[in-house]
Amino acid sequence: MEFLSHQDVVGLLAQTLVTATPLTLAALGGIMCERSGVVNIALEGIMLTGAFVGYAVALATHNVWLGVLAAVVAGMLIATLHAALSVSLMVDQIVSGMVINILAVGITGVFYRNYIESSGLAGPDTLPHWNIPGLSALPVLGRIFFQNQFVTYAMLILIFAVHVVIFKTVWGLRTRACGENPAAAETAGINVYFVRYINVITSGALAGLGGAYFSLQQIGNFLPNMTGGRGFIALAAMIFGKWTPIGAFGASQLFAFSDALGSRLQIANVHIPIQFLGMLPYLVTIVVLAGAMGRAVAPAAVGKPYRRS
Amino acid sequence: MDLVVEWGQVHALLGENGAGKSTLMNVVYGLVRRDAGEILFNGQPAEIHGPQDAIRLGIGMVHQHFMLIPRLSVVENIILGREIANAAGVIELDRASRSVRELSERHGLAVEPRARVQDLTVGLQQRVEIVKALYRGAQVLILDEPTAALTPQETDGLFEIVHSLTREGNAVIFITHKLGEVMAVADRITVMRRGKVVASTKPADTKPAELAQMMVGRPVLLRVVRGPSHPGEAVLKVEDLVVQDDRRHLAVDGVSLEVRTGEIVGVAGVEGNGQNELVESILGLRSARGGRVILNGRIITHRSTRRRLQSGLGNVPADRHRMGLVLEFPIADNLVLSDYDQAPFANGLVRRLRAIRSYALRLMKAFDIRAQAPEQPVGSLSGGNQQKVILARELATQPKVLIASQPTRGLDVGSIEFVHNRLVSQRDSGLAVLLVSSELDEVLSLADRVAVLYRGRIVAVLEGDAIDRERIGLLMAGAA
Repeated sequence: MEFLSHQDVVGLLAQTLVTATPLTLAALGGIMCERSGVVNIALEGIMLTGAFVGYAVALATHNVWLGVLAAVVAGMLIATLHAALSVSLMVDQIVSGMVINILAVGITGVFYRNYIESSGLAGPDTLPHWNIPGLSALPVLGRIFFQNQFVTYAMLILIFAVHVVIFKTVWGLRTRACGENPAAAETAGINVYFVRYINVITSGALAGLGGAYFSLQQIGNFLPNMTGGRGFIALAAMIFGKWTPIGAFGASQLFAFSDALGSRLQIANVHIPIQFLGMLPYLVTIVVLAGAMGRAVAPAAVGKPYRRS
Repeated sequence: MDLVVEWGQVHALLGENGAGKSTLMNVVYGLVRRDAGEILFNGQPAEIHGPQDAIRLGIGMVHQHFMLIPRLSVVENIILGREIANAAGVIELDRASRSVRELSERHGLAVEPRARVQDLTVGLQQRVEIVKALYRGAQVLILDEPTAALTPQETDGLFEIVHSLTREGNAVIFITHKLGEVMAVADRITVMRRGKVVASTKPADTKPAELAQMMVGRPVLLRVVRGPSHPGEAVLKVEDLVVQDDRRHLAVDGVSLEVRTGEIVGVAGVEGNGQNELVESILGLRSARGGRVILNGRIITHRSTRRRLQSGLGNVPADRHRMGLVLEFPIADNLVLSDYDQAPFANGLVRRLRAIRSYALRLMKAFDIRAQAPEQPVGSLSGGNQQKVILARELATQPKVLIASQPTRGLDVGSIEFVHNRLVSQRDSGLAVLLVSSELDEVLSLADRVAVLYRGRIVAVLEGDAIDRERIGLLMAGAA
């Protein structure tokens, strides 16, 4: 099997890390959100919105960095809608998330067709590759970790940032308290609504950044529904990773590996129909989740609107 | 209503369920808004809009259902909302643990700060709640039904803690409906009924019977009148039963037990020692990992719940809202919940509504269910009447064995009397009753034999003069 040379294996691992970038970011968002007690199946829609708005702003300003910023802000805005619906108005959190997913597909599609596709504007550049001086020359590790673009570096840093916030800080303790037993948090003098709002909005920022990966890092273009269900795979990664940032990163790696492997096999001319190779990440998700379900324990109060008495 | 609590005193707030004790205290703690009136603290009007204001004034509350987060550690639970952290917002867990340990030991409330709350006994969890209040600088401590889930020994321990707190000059408000506790722990007693203060007194100036009368509004019998039992043959036998809980841990570990006709067997134990799993497994709601259940000489271990009920098993579940009734359904439908599809309530696929209605009317009369009509949703009835609906349904089919779990939980004194008298009169006419209750007083006043369940095993079966409160308390705690 000639495609399994040393070079290829390193390349495969490097591609895995890159492919895992949006999964991990959205999963981190899911963790922030669900640890505070709010289910977020809107990650998919938030990423798609981030991808679109980021691309549109980059196109209009000729500046990819403003595009990345805009993706994050757009994610926060649409997450605020999720927070308002599910925390304040106590709409069922699944319904609210689904509403946002459908809304995102519709709105980004309409705007894309009416304004961008027809404008004939040239797409913005993709984010530059940064080789970290010194580290990028390391054997194997350098290629995998230190020759990447901005969103991937940001992901690597955010894994540890979210870990510290959730498990080491005052904010994290309060977040976990709201997700486990909001009534207890309230009697301890914590404003459950405030904590949930901030966490939902933060999850929007993270997923929005994940969205920027698609349009500004990967291809420098926007395509309708380009997130292709990655937001849902991110949810699976969050569950498989037991609602921990490092676990979710590991799970994202697994899903991304099957994705990367699928595309490598295509290039290597293995005689499996391309459609089957494309199914790989989704199949792995189903298999892994079937095994993980029931064993992973969600925050006790996740999905339940909190009503002050 | 008026209530004055003084420093250095234990002030008992006595009243039935629903008399307004907890609501009053939730107002003081800022969880419920008051409509009128004012709260004075040290003579100053206090504006309490939320728990934060109460905490700032030095008011702490231990709720009946603990406000703890099982998956977090003791120290995390205690510091929550008033964390010990550095300037960057990172919690200094070592420093916090030290200060929690020091605080708890100073008050004689030793708890291990790093332990997970879910691994602690109920008594220890209560300690965590008290330390949590003290950590927040509480000088007035409100304890809402604090002994509900404690063994007698743990209750004694709590009384000691309460007295040592008041000796230091703090005030304790002790909410309860148990007369004995009031007499034992209180310096002052305020009795509430239907949202009003009906009396304010001291233990030395009153007697339990007098308090009960003030609490209920009429004379009450404190004891169930009950003659000796005349047991016949064993109708329900449980042999070496092994059952797992939801987390697949061993919850019932080789229990053998028999209940004879005409007797009430009480299962005493602190909640969570396998009672639920034992009952569910007898009913067929949870499969047994080993052992046998025998009803009327037939092995029913692998029969479906429905067939068990048809073979003569009745069930009064512990959680009547979730397991006993369909709250949105009318009383009539709830009364035929287990035989709605059989004659005379159904004819093939068609329900016979008139037969159901007249049956419901008959039972409502026989069991004194107070409602306007059989069409009224059962959820709109008082707790006592809801429980009567369940009792009526289960007893009307004339079962051989009745399993009654926490049959009087949350009921008013009048309904408790009703339920107790029914159970005894059914016993006298030959019913075998398995009574599972975490209220030791209930077991003591009803049961002819008492089986003590501890960590999924029956550690003793006591009969006659051997049924002794202290002894059972020790057995419940696993100490004997």
